[in-house]
Amino acid sequence: MRIPCPICGTRDRREFTYQGAAELLRRPAPDAGDAAWDDYLHNRDNPCGEARDLWFHEAGCGAWLVVERDTATHEVMGAELAEKVAS
Amino acid sequence: MRIEGRGLCQSNTSVPFTFDGERLTGREGDTLAAALIANDKRVVGRSFKYHRPRGILTAGSEEPNALVTIGHGPQQDPNVRATVQELYEGLEARSQNAFPSVSFDLMAVNDLMSPFLGAGFYYKTFMWPKNFWEKLYEPIIRRAAGLGALSGLTNEDTYEKAYAFCDVLVIGAGPTGLMAALGAARAGADVIVADEDSRMGGRLLAETGEVDGKPGHAWAADIVAELATMDNVRLMHRTAVTGAYDQGTYGALERVGQHHPHQPGKPLECFWRIVARRAILCAGALERPVAFPNNDRPGIMTAGAVRAYLNRWGVVAGRKVAVFANNDGAHRTALDLMAAGVDVSAVIDSRAEAQALGDYKLFTGAQVIGTKGRKGLESLSIRQSDRTLRIEAECLAVSGGWNPSVHLACHMNGRPEWNAETLSFLPRDGMVPGMTAAGAARGQFSTAACLADGARVAKEVVIELGLTPSDTAMPRAEDRPYRIEELWAVEGRGRKWLDFQNDVHVKDVRLAAQENFRSVEHMKRYTTQGMATDQGKNSNVAALAVLADATGRGIPETGTTTFRPPYTPVSIAAMGAGSQGEGFAPKRVTTSHTASVDRGAPMIEAGLWYRPSYFPKPDERTWQESCNREVTMVRNAVGICDVSTLGKIDIQGPDAAAFLDFVYTNTFSTLKVGRVRYGLMLREDGHVMDDGTTARMGKSHFVMTTTTAAAGLVMRHLAWVSQALRPDLDVVFTSATEQWAQFAVAGPKSRDLLDAVVDGGIDPESWPFMACGEVDVMGVRGRLFRISFSGEHAYEIAVPAGYGAALYRVLLAQAETMGGGAYGMEALNVMRIEKGHITHAEIHGRTTAFDIGFEGMVSKKTDCVGFSASRRPGLLEESREQLVGLHPVDPAGKLTAGAHLFEDRAEPVRTNDHGYVTSVCHSPTLGHDLALGFLTNGRARHGETIKMVDHLRGVTTLARVCDPVFFDKEGARVRG
Repeated sequence: MRIPCPICGTRDRREFTYQGAAELLRRPAPDAGDAAWDDYLHNRDNPCGEARDLWFHEAGCGAWLVVERDTATHEVMGAELAEKVAS
Repeated sequence: MRIEGRGLCQSNTSVPFTFDGERLTGREGDTLAAALIANDKRVVGRSFKYHRPRGILTAGSEEPNALVTIGHGPQQDPNVRATVQELYEGLEARSQNAFPSVSFDLMAVNDLMSPFLGAGFYYKTFMWPKNFWEKLYEPIIRRAAGLGALSGLTNEDTYEKAYAFCDVLVIGAGPTGLMAALGAARAGADVIVADEDSRMGGRLLAETGEVDGKPGHAWAADIVAELATMDNVRLMHRTAVTGAYDQGTYGALERVGQHHPHQPGKPLECFWRIVARRAILCAGALERPVAFPNNDRPGIMTAGAVRAYLNRWGVVAGRKVAVFANNDGAHRTALDLMAAGVDVSAVIDSRAEAQALGDYKLFTGAQVIGTKGRKGLESLSIRQSDRTLRIEAECLAVSGGWNPSVHLACHMNGRPEWNAETLSFLPRDGMVPGMTAAGAARGQFSTAACLADGARVAKEVVIELGLTPSDTAMPRAEDRPYRIEELWAVEGRGRKWLDFQNDVHVKDVRLAAQENFRSVEHMKRYTTQGMATDQGKNSNVAALAVLADATGRGIPETGTTTFRPPYTPVSIAAMGAGSQGEGFAPKRVTTSHTASVDRGAPMIEAGLWYRPSYFPKPDERTWQESCNREVTMVRNAVGICDVSTLGKIDIQGPDAAAFLDFVYTNTFSTLKVGRVRYGLMLREDGHVMDDGTTARMGKSHFVMTTTTAAAGLVMRHLAWVSQALRPDLDVVFTSATEQWAQFAVAGPKSRDLLDAVVDGGIDPESWPFMACGEVDVMGVRGRLFRISFSGEHAYEIAVPAGYGAALYRVLLAQAETMGGGAYGMEALNVMRIEKGHITHAEIHGRTTAFDIGFEGMVSKKTDCVGFSASRRPGLLEESREQLVGLHPVDPAGKLTAGAHLFEDRAEPVRTNDHGYVTSVCHSPTLGHDLALGFLTNGRARHGETIKMVDHLRGVTTLARVCDPVFFDKEGARVRG
C-alpha cells in the first residue's frame, strides 16, 4: 500500500502509523456532554467503500494525514494534511 | 538420454553432481531436471499421500513432482524444484518422501490401501475416540505424508531484501515481454524486466520456430542484448514476481546464490518490493495434462516440456516417444523429435478432425485409456472408436491445452473470465489497477500474436505515462491457429490423476460433488486439490472442469478458487531478511554503554534501549547484593545513572506554554523560567498516558521529558494535538533524546560532586529543588536540572551527546573519590518504589489520575486532553482500585508483582478480588519488601491488613496497606 503524503510524495505504508477514522478531528467542546464525548471516543462506522482515516507519517515528515481510501478496493484516492482539515 | 547436437548451450563442459549419493554428470546450462533426464533417471520422487513413484512432469517452476532436497546440514534446502535448480559442480541432490529409497519405498503400501483412502478419508475415519487424533493418528499421518524436511539447525545463510522503482514493470521475458520491454524502453520509460528463468526468452528457448528470420532464441538474445545496453532498463534474471499488491507494489524473489556452489556471505535469495507505475503481465501460459487412467507414470510429461528438454537442453526422457493431445500445437513435439532422430511411436489426438503436420502415425478421435510400467512408462493402451491398441513408448508427451498464467492478475481478488474459444480462463481488464496482461497470459498463443500484443500494450502504456511511443517494426513469426477441443478426463480402469503432488484423482472430485461439496472452494478443501506447492497450476482447471461435469454446471458457473500470492514459493528467510537475531529490532545504546559494559554491568532492554541492570563488585554473587549496595550508596553518598533514554522533547514558540497547558493536566504557563514541574498527561479517554518533568528554559522554550518507553508515543501525541486539535497555537517541537546525554547525580553528596565538576561550582541559593538552567562543564555548554527520582538531593546534568562518554567518566571518577559510584536499573527501581514514584507498571493504560491520587492535578482545569472524559462518574468513584503501598506484616514476608489482593478471611478467588500488585522490591533502606499496587477504595484503607495471593508462584503473604510513599514522606532529603 502506498500513501501520497502531501509533503514527501507517495511513500510505502510502512513509513506511516495508522490511527483510525478521521472523526477524531471533530473534538467536542469540553462541556458538550456525555453523549457527544461518548460518540467521539467510542463510536465508529465500519464502512465498506469510501473511508477517511488518519495516518501519521512517523518515519517521514511527522505530518498527520487524512487519507481517503476505499476499504473494499484498497484504492487510495488522496491524502491531505490533518492540520488543513482541522483549521 | 542426451541427443548430441541439440540444445542451446553448445559447450561440452561436463558438470559432476550427485543424486541420492550417486555420482552423475550433466552439462553446463542444464537444470537438475535436464541432467537427470540425460542420465535416464526416471523416478525422482514419491507422491505425498500414496508414495507413488513420480518423474519429471514439466520444465518450469510449476513442477509438482520433481521436488528434491539440495545440500545438507544447516544449508539443507528442501522442496527445491529440480526444473528450476541450475546444475553446478558438486551439487548434492536427494529425493524426498521415500524410505528407504526412492526406487523402493516401504510407504508405497499406502498405494495398495488407496481404495480406503479417498477424499475426506481422514475426516470420516479418525473421528473417535476423540483424544486419539492428537496422540495417535496425527503423528502417524504426519510421518507418512510429507515433503522434504529442514535440518533443524540454525540457518546461517544470508538473505537480502531490496526495493526498486520503475515506470514499467514487465513480468516475464518471453516473446511478449521482450517486445513490451523494447517498446517501453525505446520510448524512454524506466523499465524493469523480471523473469524467473536464468535466461530470458521464455518459450522461444524451447521452440524451433524462427523470429525475424533467425532462430527464436537468437532473436531473444539480440533483444536482451539491446535492452542490456540501455540505461533506463534493468534486467532481472532468476526473479519471479510473486505477488501483486496495492498501489502498484509487486513482490519478487530473486535467486541470487543458488545456481553455484555455496559462497559464504553472498545472499541465497533477495526479496524485492518493486513499485511500478504500470505493469505488463507477460507471464505466458502453462500447459495442462489430461486426466487419463494411470497418467502419473514417470516418463509422462507435458508436451511443451518434452520440446523444451529437447530443444533447449538436448535431452529426451525415452527412446520411443508418443504424443497425446487435443490441440495442434502438441504435434510440433513429434516434428521436433523426429528432426532430432528420436523415434515417435504415435500421435494420439482426441479430435476426430485432427490433421497430421508431418510423417508420423496419427490416431484421430483416439484417447489413451491406460499405461503400463511401475517405475517408468513402458507402453500405453489407446482406444480409437471401438478398437483398443497397445503402443510402445517410454515417454508420453501430453497436452490438454494451455492455461494462461493469470495468477498475478487475480491477486487483488479479481476473478478471471472463462473463454470458450481457448478453453481457458483469461484476465479481465482492470483486475489489478495499473496492470495489463499481454500475449499468452491473455490467451494469445501464436508467437506472432504474442509479439504483436506485447508491442501493442507497451504502446498503450507509454502513451498513458505521457511518453511518445517509438515505431518498432513487427518481427515475422509463426502464426498457426490454436485449434483445441475439450478434453479433461478419459474414462477407463485406474486412477486418473489431477493433482500429482497431493494425489487427487478424478474420482475424489466426483466423490466431493456427490457428498455435496459442490462449491469449488469446498471441493478444494475436501480433496486437497490444488493445495500442494504448485498451488494447482497443473491441475486446477481440469479439476474444476470435472467438478462442473459432476454437478451439471458449466465451467463459468463453477468458477475458480482464489488465487493468492505467492506465485511460486518464497522462503520465509528471504521475506524476513535482516530481521533475525539482533536484526529483529533496532538497538539503541547510550553514550555510557561501553563504560557500563566494561564494568561488567549486565545490560537489559528498555524499549529499544539497552541499560545497565547493576554494577557487580568482585565479591558480589547475586544481583540483589549489588542492588542493595547501590541503593545504600546513593542514600548515603552519591550515585551516577545514565538517564539519557528518557524522551526529551524541545518545545518552542510564543504559544509553547499554552500548548503544554493543553497536553498536561496541570498548568505550565505559570511556571517560572528556570524552574521544572512534574506533569501528568492523559489520553483523550481520561486515562493516564505518560508523566515526566518539563523544564522552562526560557519564556517560550521548554524541555519536556517523557518515560523511556513512551517517548515515541508522546511525540506522536504532541504532533496530533498540535496539528489536529490546536493548529491555532504557534508552537514547534522536536525530539532531542539522542542529542543530549543526561546523567542523574543523586545522593547527599551530589552537590559536592557537581561543585567539583561544573565550571564555577554550584551555588546552593541559585539551585533550589526544581531549578533548572544552563551550566558549563569544562567549557562545554550543558544543562542542569535539580530534580530527583530517587528521593535524594539530586540533579540531572545534560551535555551534547558527543561529550556524554567523557562526562560519564568524569562523574564516575569524582563519585568514586567520595564513596559513590554507578548505579543501575535495579537500584533505580528500588529507590523509586521507596518513594512511591509511579512508572508504566502503574500507569499501564487502565488507570486514571484519580486512581493514582493525582486527581487534584486535573480538577482545576477548564480543558485539556482527557479532561472531559476524566470527569465521567465511573472514573471518579471511590470504589475504584486506588494506588496504595503495601508492606509485609511479618518483615520477612515476600511480596510478589502480579499477585492479587483479598480480604484476610476471604477465599482467594476472582469474585473476591480487591486489587493487584504492580511493583515490588526489597528495600535495603527499610529492611523488608515493599510493593505498590491498586486496591479497591485503597486510600481509605491505610492500616488495614490484606492478603496477597500469588496463584502463579504459590505465595500467600499478609500485608499492611499504607501510603505509597514509604521513605522520607516530607521530602526533607530531596529539598535539603
